Amino acid sequence: MTFDALSGVLLIPAASACLLAALPGYKLTSRLNVLAAFLTFATACSLFVVEPVSGNYLLVDDLNKVFIVLTTFVSFTTSAFSASYIGHEIEIGRLKLSYVRFYHAMYQVLMFGMNLALIANNIGLMWVAIELATLTTVLMVGIYRTHEALEAAWKYFILGSVGIALALFGTILIYMAALPVIGEGPDAMVWTILVAHAARFDADLLNVAFVFLLLGYGTKVGLAPLHAWLPDAHAEGPTPISAVLSGLLLNVALYALLRFKMLLALNPVAIAPGPLMVTMGLISAVFAAFMLYRRRDIKRMFAYSSIEHMGIIVFAFGMGGPLANFAGLLHMTMHSLTKSAIFFAVGHISQIKGTQKIADISGLTVTHPVLGWGLVLGVVAIAGLPPLGIFMSEFLVVSSTFGREPWLVLILVFAILVALGGLFLKLSTIAFGEPRGSTAASEASYVPMFAHLAIVFVAGIYLPAPLVAGFENVARLLG
Amino acid sequence: MHGITFDIAHMLAGSLVLVSFMQLYQDRLSALLNTFALHALVLAASVAWQAFVQDAAHLYITALIALVFKAIVIPVVLRRIVVRLGIHREIENVYGVGLAMLLGIGLVALSMVVMLRVTADADPLAREDLAFALSVVLLGLLMMVTRRNAVSQVVGFMSLENGLVLAATGAKGMPLVVEISVAFSVLIAFIVIGIFLFRIRERFDTVDLQAMDRFRGEKQ
Repeated sequence: MTFDALSGVLLIPAASACLLAALPGYKLTSRLNVLAAFLTFATACSLFVVEPVSGNYLLVDDLNKVFIVLTTFVSFTTSAFSASYIGHEIEIGRLKLSYVRFYHAMYQVLMFGMNLALIANNIGLMWVAIELATLTTVLMVGIYRTHEALEAAWKYFILGSVGIALALFGTILIYMAALPVIGEGPDAMVWTILVAHAARFDADLLNVAFVFLLLGYGTKVGLAPLHAWLPDAHAEGPTPISAVLSGLLLNVALYALLRFKMLLALNPVAIAPGPLMVTMGLISAVFAAFMLYRRRDIKRMFAYSSIEHMGIIVFAFGMGGPLANFAGLLHMTMHSLTKSAIFFAVGHISQIKGTQKIADISGLTVTHPVLGWGLVLGVVAIAGLPPLGIFMSEFLVVSSTFGREPWLVLILVFAILVALGGLFLKLSTIAFGEPRGSTAASEASYVPMFAHLAIVFVAGIYLPAPLVAGFENVARLLG
Repeated sequence: MHGITFDIAHMLAGSLVLVSFMQLYQDRLSALLNTFALHALVLAASVAWQAFVQDAAHLYITALIALVFKAIVIPVVLRRIVVRLGIHREIENVYGVGLAMLLGIGLVALSMVVMLRVTADADPLAREDLAFALSVVLLGLLMMVTRRNAVSQVVGFMSLENGLVLAATGAKGMPLVVEISVAFSVLIAFIVIGIFLFRIRERFDTVDLQAMDRFRGEKQ
């Protein structure tokens, strides 16, 4: 295999994982981590310039290009945030120096796993990659080795394994469905070949397979009622990992679901996967919106907000059609950027205040104006208020589907409004309440947070034409 | 497909379901580990038979992995952990044995109904294998749900993986990539679990997951 951008997004994280595992200290390695993530991002961007040839194992098309660039960009900014976050964690002794090596190596292995899942042209390979990414995050969630962290990691591990096992069973069933048409051997697991023959597959087998895949990968997406691992894993792990989980790993699992949805859509006899996804999406959105009210932990609260937004995204993709898919894609991108920006802010806030309890964090705009207003801006964005990007994408989701299913959309709008209330209720304490807790100056790096928020802000007002054209193209592909 | 080769494959896959049922009512950890070893042994025999029937040499490797790794190494290591932790001999069931068995029967019936119906045109051997495999997977899930001890949850998870291997070998000519990955995932899973068990002991002096519940973030 010659070196091209496709192998680049795999080899750079793999090589840096080995290098970072070998180097001691944290000052140098955290910078190397940023550098490696940046190089991966640059390589991913080059996919738009020179499109490498897809083979039987790796694939690049318009759909996964969007995902790869988003993934590598957020991993790059998160690594920059992580550098200042981890430095502080070591100073206060919460994280042992010996674990940092492990942490950085795992960060790169996670990047490798996610990139591989996105560019795999083989359903077996994709499954392996998602499993790899899951296992690395399990280890990272448990890295603080406190009671809570261990319990969260254990729960995540057990539920994640069950999900991944169901997804494998679904993968085997897809192979079984392809077997009579394509014949034995590796060809019957290659995306491009599967898609070309999907119309002749046995529809019943495809239906059952999709149910397993939806349950399996749906666990990873965090869809209710399979979401139980998500709030714990977000709350107890290091905050950079919460940002990557919410912003990226959920998307990667969603990408796998979308691929299988495309496969089913090509078969005229198979059930339409849309209604299943719409139902799960709506349940997740409504459920998570109500759960926001009872949260006492700030990271846990934003984890539930992630479930709500994944619900909205799955709803949009489930409705299907060029417009709703466009809205779903845009919402996914905006959510990734906004949610990771919020976690960057929350990470620094909980470090300064020394707690994640909402009751102990109060009056942030007075004690820490930059962080406080950054968080306010982030929450305004995530709640879907104009003129920010999420308002735009939520508006598109609602307007593109209202004509087709008004009652379902009303439920969705209800969930969005309930979530808005919950978020602002908590935000009023956190940002504008009586100042409480430490007022120590923060040594945070604000660049990643405000970079994300700036993109979200601009996207709410103006979307560049090439981006719109690209998204429209992908939305058509998704059917 | 000759009558006798089909019958033997049928018998082996059926035995796997039977051993899954045996796991459901084991109330001592050591007995549970023995049953898991038997489970892996039956799986190895079943996979080896598939390798012979399909004339697929690479499946013998999968059978060997099942035999050496799952039937011998894991039970031995887990037994050591259990002894070193000095865990109670009894394992509590959340539900009674009777209810668990009834639920298990229901799950097997469900998987038969679903799989036999949708695979009507498939090769009869693959068809039976898939139906049995789904039963084993669901019984593994049931076991994970009904047990609260960490070690027996792990055993439940591994028997679930055994069901997946059965399904993968039943699907004719499934690429080797996947079989290795299945075996490999068990290995990784085991390492992770090993680390976790070790850490749980460090922190809690117990592997009873109920004891961890009070550390949940939301409960004060």
